[in-house]
Amino acid sequence: MSRPPLPYKTRDVVLPGDAACPGCPIPIAWKVLSAVFGDKMILVIPASCSSVVVGMYPGNSLRASVIHVPFASAAAVASGVSEALKKRGVTDVQVIAWAGDGGTADIGMASLSGAAERNHDFIYIMYDNEAYMNTGIQRSSSTPRGAWTTTTPIIGKSEEKKDVAKIMIAHGVPYVATASVGYVHDFYNKLVRASKIRGFRFISLHAPCPIGWRFDPRYTVKIARLAVESGLWVLYEYYDGKIHLSGPSRPYVDPSKRKPVEEYLKLQGRFRRIDDELLKSIQEYVEKNWEWVKKHM
Amino acid sequence: MGLKLVLTGNYALAYAAKVARVNVVAAYPITPQTSVVEKLAEFIEEGELDAVMIRVESEHSALAACFGAALAGARVFTATSSQGLLYMHEVVHWASRARAPIVMGIVTRTLGPPWNIWPDHTDYMDQRDTGWIMSFAMDNQEAFDLTLQAFKVSEDPRVYLPVMVGIEGFILGHTSMPVEIPEQNLVDEWLGPRRQPYVVDGSEYMAIGNLALPEDTEEFFMDIQNAMEEARKVVVEVEEEYSKITGRPFKGPVECFKCEDAKYVAISMGAWSGDLMESVSQLRDEGYSVGLLRIRYYRPFPGDYIFEKANSTKGVLVFDRAISFGSYGPIFLDTAASFLKHTRKTPYIKNVVAGIGGVNITSDDFSRILKRFVHEVESDGVNVFEWYHKGKVVR
Ligand SMILES: Cc1ncc(C[n+]2csc(CCOP(=O)(O)OP(=O)(O)O)c2C)c(N)n1
Ligand code: SF4
Repeated sequence: MSRPPLPYKTRDVVLPGDAACPGCPIPIAWKVLSAVFGDKMILVIPASCSSVVVGMYPGNSLRASVIHVPFASAAAVASGVSEALKKRGVTDVQVIAWAGDGGTADIGMASLSGAAERNHDFIYIMYDNEAYMNTGIQRSSSTPRGAWTTTTPIIGKSEEKKDVAKIMIAHGVPYVATASVGYVHDFYNKLVRASKIRGFRFISLHAPCPIGWRFDPRYTVKIARLAVESGLWVLYEYYDGKIHLSGPSRPYVDPSKRKPVEEYLKLQGRFRRIDDELLKSIQEYVEKNWEWVKKHM
Repeated sequence: MGLKLVLTGNYALAYAAKVARVNVVAAYPITPQTSVVEKLAEFIEEGELDAVMIRVESEHSALAACFGAALAGARVFTATSSQGLLYMHEVVHWASRARAPIVMGIVTRTLGPPWNIWPDHTDYMDQRDTGWIMSFAMDNQEAFDLTLQAFKVSEDPRVYLPVMVGIEGFILGHTSMPVEIPEQNLVDEWLGPRRQPYVVDGSEYMAIGNLALPEDTEEFFMDIQNAMEEARKVVVEVEEEYSKITGRPFKGPVECFKCEDAKYVAISMGAWSGDLMESVSQLRDEGYSVGLLRIRYYRPFPGDYIFEKANSTKGVLVFDRAISFGSYGPIFLDTAASFLKHTRKTPYIKNVVAGIGGVNITSDDFSRILKRFVHEVESDGVNVFEWYHKGKVVR
């Protein structure tokens, strides 16, 4: 798909009263959701920044229905909603489980895996801000190696980032994609494709968080793009048994086209303590990940 | 007249969900609940029940899926026990706070550790503050009746709260008794189509459960308390109407067994009430003036009713099959508090905790305990709390 015009009524989707920090990636993504689904979506949101960003009772800053659910249960509640709607013959509304990396990669993993295995008909979007932001920036299994968080306060996270998209591919669901708030057209295309597929669809959305990653709020999009440009975050779709590299990531199959990862890291306070050894291991992670991507293309 | 079948308590629950024509079932296996969902799976796969079965990966997800389906407009059912109920506890609160009509069977089993699969009421009592209507059966017919009535209670606009129905694992769960099932067309007419406070299906914007200020949150709690008060009337009405279609007698939230003229009444809940009835009858033959109040609805607690029936007695003996560690049995706490609503001069009220972990209590045990209590009251020397263990009294 080429660049579709994003309908500019997206501005209306997040109404006054949302509680996002300046530069927050969440409203950016919600605007894209609304561009695709309008108000015909039901968001199932577990405990996370999003449960706050959407605003306070009795208001709701999203022009859509929102069901707030326990931390571990987004995929299970969405399973129930989608099955009930199917049973009632309601077909014009998209059920979307919308959860952070903590609610997905950690506490919600079992319910995510269960719903995927049963192939329920909804889209699961994990917005990956790479830590538990709502409770004050604690590490999640999706936090990258070397990152400072309040529970890895001195030496940074020592383990590798858990790659949830790969786990979902292993489930054999009809559609898996990675996306980024830095590439809204790409995200838009992926949602459109996902909306035409039935069954369980998973999108892992890279979502830089100025508060947790320690950067100036005006750089959210820039940093999201640097992750892709440095080859650290690869944009792809997985369907028909293989990986289809997305436009923005295509140049970076060629390592010489990639920007140095330092450029990405140095803008973020959370990587302040990164030394040469860690830098090397991050570089190796990038190479290894690309090898995997190429092998499955 | 409907159908008469010989059913286990677990199957009675499954049949009730079937004749309520649930649309979605989601459940996870645990002993002794498992055969409830197995039976429902059979109904669904054989085309006898037009429902979706979500075979989830945990109890947390079982109730979560029911919750989602209920909000989206489906009539739903699940069942669990013990550790499974603990595992779903977070979602148990979620369901009542969202005022989602849901029916859940609890096939009780004590809580580990140590691992133990026998029944008492500790798992059920662990849920007493969750805002669910809670009923408890004494036999398989009642397991069926209370479960079917639960759908009507839960979907009443004055209530709109989820309902859990307790039966004791193995004792009822795996024991067969004749159960009468009313005709499907009568049930359909009586129960009517699904009713719920709101439906999340995309037809209008809705936000369920979002962040709220303290004052708003407190109002949600107060609304649930009010709904519980309304439910007192609703459970009675529902049972009265139900009696009309089945022809079976109305028992009310508390069954009065030889209690009208009794000088001493026992209070109990669950299957062991049958043994207690036997003991009461036997003691009557021996000249003791004893009776029984058997609780059928634990939440809302039928305190006024118990007060009315028991206030003019000399002594009230409350049997609990659960303990609030460091305090007393939960039914005793509720009973004592209910008396204080009406009077400063209560009869003697005593608590006996027994049958924990599945320990068997026979009608002889009950007789022994009741006689001792009568003796204590007569001599003015009542111990308020006792643990009855291996035939002995432990204070
Ligand atoms: C069972 C349970 N445990 C812990 C919490 C506390 N809690 C609320 S949000 C949150 C972190 C959410 O992190 P993530 O899913 O990454 O979303 P983010 O806040 O980053 O948007 C935690 C730990 C909870 N609500 N429920
Ligand atoms: S902490 Fe980050 S993700 Fe959370 S609301 Fe603020 S900017 Fe958004």
